[in-house]
Amino acid sequence: MAKPLHEPGVVVDDYRLEERVHIGGMATLWRVSHPGATMPLLMKVPLIGEGADPAAIVSFEMEQMILPRLTGVHVPKFVAAGDFAVQPYIVMEAIAGKTLLPRLPELPLPDAEVVRLGVKIATALDDLHHQHVVHLDIKPSNIMFRPTGEAVLLDYGLSHHDRLPDLMQEEFRLPFGTAPYMSPEQLRGIRNDPRSDLFALGVLLYFFSTGLRPFGESETLRGMRRRLWRDPLPPRGLRADYPPWLQEIVLRCLEIEPAWRYPTAAQLAFDLSHPTQVKLTKRSERLKHDPLTTVLRRRFNQDATRPYAKQALAAQLSSAPIVAVAIDLVEGSAALNDALRVTAGRILATLPAARLACLNVLKQGRLTIDFTLDEQGHNRQIDRLVGLRHWAEPLKLEEPRLTVHVLEAVDPAAAILEFAQNNRIDHILIGARQNSLMRTLLGSVSAKVAAEALCTVTVVRPNPTAAEEKPSSADDSGPSSTG
Amino acid sequence: MLLGDYVGYGADPEWAVTTVMELVDKGAVAVLGNHDSAVANPREQMNLEAQIVIEWTRGELGASQRKFLAGLPLIANDDERLYVHSEASSPASWTYVTSTLEAARSITATSAQIGFCGHIHQPAVYSMSATAKMTAFSPTTGSAVPLLQGRRWLVVLGSVGQPRDGNPAASYAMLDTDTRELTYCRAAYDIEQAAAAIRKKGLPVWLANRLFMGR
Repeated sequence: MAKPLHEPGVVVDDYRLEERVHIGGMATLWRVSHPGATMPLLMKVPLIGEGADPAAIVSFEMEQMILPRLTGVHVPKFVAAGDFAVQPYIVMEAIAGKTLLPRLPELPLPDAEVVRLGVKIATALDDLHHQHVVHLDIKPSNIMFRPTGEAVLLDYGLSHHDRLPDLMQEEFRLPFGTAPYMSPEQLRGIRNDPRSDLFALGVLLYFFSTGLRPFGESETLRGMRRRLWRDPLPPRGLRADYPPWLQEIVLRCLEIEPAWRYPTAAQLAFDLSHPTQVKLTKRSERLKHDPLTTVLRRRFNQDATRPYAKQALAAQLSSAPIVAVAIDLVEGSAALNDALRVTAGRILATLPAARLACLNVLKQGRLTIDFTLDEQGHNRQIDRLVGLRHWAEPLKLEEPRLTVHVLEAVDPAAAILEFAQNNRIDHILIGARQNSLMRTLLGSVSAKVAAEALCTVTVVRPNPTAAEEKPSSADDSGPSSTG
Repeated sequence: MLLGDYVGYGADPEWAVTTVMELVDKGAVAVLGNHDSAVANPREQMNLEAQIVIEWTRGELGASQRKFLAGLPLIANDDERLYVHSEASSPASWTYVTSTLEAARSITATSAQIGFCGHIHQPAVYSMSATAKMTAFSPTTGSAVPLLQGRRWLVVLGSVGQPRDGNPAASYAMLDTDTRELTYCRAAYDIEQAAAAIRKKGLPVWLANRLFMGR
């Protein structure tokens, strides 16, 4: 069996151990060099042998299975794995810089900085979840940032891959994770819910913005289980100037029931990126813990015995898409805008966790200076926002599902594409421009969006008979726009 | 590698056995299934439907085919791998591997690192760690599972001719012996025709109907 690796200078399969950079409870990390290396490398060697934690070997096996299957900027690149029978190890890309851990003495960080970190981490989580992985150990020491800014998530030893055997689940009935960040369902042994990572990120956001951990640092199972019924002190109770919208987001992440949190990391990133659009509920107003009666009801009316429906990770993500609909309030005919509403309504009716972002592009002249106010002194931005809400009104969406956005741009297609990419939009609905003269002169926005978007695009056309109606009927109730 | 039960469900046993014989000639390895065994051995315990089909099958097969089936081994080995129709600790008892319990018994019965079996018609992957802890897993079609060294594995294949996991497509798996990656595959086939043939031969109609459901 394996001989332990101890010293710098030792060479294993052409990897030369240079410097030990970390000794953890389950593994040791070495900086290594290799004759053909194209990037800095790290080697992870599990602690095995007499007296080692049996979880160490299993979590190493998990990482050995999961890491080679992950791609993209949000994970360290997998390079090689050692033969288990000889010397188990994983070699991976060494990310430059430090984790978030050394920043703890600086806490609390300014709100804007916390939000900036939150968007990046949520974006990385969304990417990871789409690769069928729930991380299950999101905490400052497992998060780094590339020089280009993207968050990188480290350490897949406790993770769950929806399409691989979960060796941790089967072997250890006790929950594994990091006590302050562990979600209530993880404490109950559930390992396949991506919203567990949103809970951990909520803990991190709370901690980084207040300097306090919402559930303390108790490591005992008894202490940890308190979070199954005890809600954290709302941040506004700690700090009077804490933004209500940020409290809304953080407390939604920390909901005990996964179903009450954001359905996806993309939706969390969306809210963090659009503070003015966050629907403020009771959560944003709270200044104190829930009353004792509520806590006792939770405590003694435990849903711990409630069966937990297993849903494949991919299915859970695809049931909560962010749909963007581009509405042309100026030239779009009533028939076309109706058809867009019908199409959006169909998607939202089948998927209760889906949300809709209504977009309108306020076209800027290439050379002219544009004024916010039109000739009548109306604010054009606000007019458009009102127009979008008016368009969406018949859908009767509960407020958190609907956001409205006016993008100012010279090139409408480019603006829609950029919005879709920045906000991890899953599906764009856009109308085909019907006026053939306009299409000839200006090009087709929908064609460009359909051709260049990274997500699904549906190009909507009104029913041919409906389309023959006069477009003037569009404006009889809507705000008049001058575009 | 063919894991048994070439006859007993379908309307064309002669073609099936001839095909298996040809594959074996070209280097394939085939093990004996309980339905194959019942052709030569009337005392094999089976349910009534299976019994009816086997009696009909006997009349369809020629002497060389019956001889071929009777000569099939219960277990085959190649390198670190083992192949058996039902379960390795007692292959002639035709035990179903339905949980980690039977899987553990099958794994510990031999020294093979990776075992393959069928019989239950539903895909599953079991593993045993160095400390004899068991895990069970339902594989996803087309998603490779690395069969890590350092643990022992039992791979339960679905069924080509009669899958029972709710997916009517034929089920088989590919193992990359270099990377030890296992991938389950499904192939759609003309179920209408297979079912029509079963009905036409006057075999129990449930055998035709269940093909559409994969049950």
